Amino acid sequence: MESAWIPLALSLKVAGWSTAINLVLGVAAGFVLARWRFPGRELLDAVLTLPMVLPPTVLGYYLLVVIGKRGWLGGWLYETFGINLIFTWQGAVIAAAIVAFPLVFKSARAAFEGVDPQLEQAARVLGLREAAILFRVTLPMAWRGILAGVLLAFARALGEFGATLMVAGSIPGRTQTLSIAVYEAVQAGQDSTANLLVLVTSVTCIVVLLAAGRLVPGRVASER
Amino acid sequence: MSFDVDIAKTVRSERRSFELRVRFRSDAKRTVIYGPSGAGKSLTLQALAGLLRPDHGRIMVDAELLFDSDAGVDVPARERRVGYLFQDYALFPHLSVRQNIAFGLHRGWRNPSRQAGGEAVERWLRAFELEDMAAQRISELSGGQRQRTALARALVNSPRALLLDEPFSALDPELRERMRNELDELLTRIDVPIVMITHDPEDLVWFGERSFYLHDGAITERQASASAEAA
Repeated sequence: MESAWIPLALSLKVAGWSTAINLVLGVAAGFVLARWRFPGRELLDAVLTLPMVLPPTVLGYYLLVVIGKRGWLGGWLYETFGINLIFTWQGAVIAAAIVAFPLVFKSARAAFEGVDPQLEQAARVLGLREAAILFRVTLPMAWRGILAGVLLAFARALGEFGATLMVAGSIPGRTQTLSIAVYEAVQAGQDSTANLLVLVTSVTCIVVLLAAGRLVPGRVASER
Repeated sequence: MSFDVDIAKTVRSERRSFELRVRFRSDAKRTVIYGPSGAGKSLTLQALAGLLRPDHGRIMVDAELLFDSDAGVDVPARERRVGYLFQDYALFPHLSVRQNIAFGLHRGWRNPSRQAGGEAVERWLRAFELEDMAAQRISELSGGQRQRTALARALVNSPRALLLDEPFSALDPELRERMRNELDELLTRIDVPIVMITHDPEDLVWFGERSFYLHDGAITERQASASAEAA
């Protein structure tokens, strides 16, 4: 029985960290693409959305190429700091963050584009600096859409399998997340363990989706 | 109070290119720029407020240089101290009436609290009879109350001039007449000079102490009799 809680805790830790990373990077990218005009903007959007459509194994392979010990980033990290990301939970965080990134990025961009620019102009005329406008007008108007995307990204990160398995492997207690533990349990014929893991995963995801569903419509915030 | 404006701006979209060439000088308390929609009225008002950067030219208000392309002067909108009444008011839907009015008094990274007060806020809540709905959200207000809230929000900062973008077009005809009356009275009381843009000739009769006609990006002055003829 206890064997279900260790992968659940690990899954929550990996999904939590990857969501925190995406909250910063995804919202920033969404803001830049919603507000700045520059050549190649839609191409950049396509590249940033790629993790949503690429097979996770392909992403995992890319990640190995980049952050593996012989990869350009991984090699540098290892030689300079002695940091190795492969087969660690931190590696799993990176894999989950990249797979779930488009969900935050896409909803953030849509949310920022939905904010009436005239409200920001009104704040400008009233004497506010750009940073103050972001925190007092833009983010309060956009946060529902952003939060809905963040919750979806959390659920997606929780269920991550392919890229995580390739980058972090399946080390019980260290990198074996819920979804990987389910796979291992089924392979080993441990049906009762598999049943429990599947139940825990499903309940967690339903809770997250219900929370996201309550936030999506934005009944109050979108009213002008 | 005087406005001395001489600006040019070319706006390009995919289908057309629009040339705005606006030049006027007014020291009237009430200046109206009248013209059909698409004539460049809003662009002109935005340039005055610092929300639109002209390609070249200069803008002076009260002998203070706000924009001069040759001298490289472009005072940002937040430092121009002008009030702006947007056509559909652009009130902040996530804030209460009171927070909206207090908005410009707080310059930091946080919005004014629900209890935000101060003499100026109370004064304008009273002046516009908004005390009873001070805690309400914008979505709960009627058209007239929204306009009064937007006016209070602009005036609480003691602007040196008030720019009005089609202030009555969002209202139904009956309310429009009443709000004209209200605004007329208010302007007499508070002594803030205005520049109003409108496509409604009736506004010329009420507010056109000095009137200009803007058509297809070009501006001409109208004589007092011309406003009556337009009405």
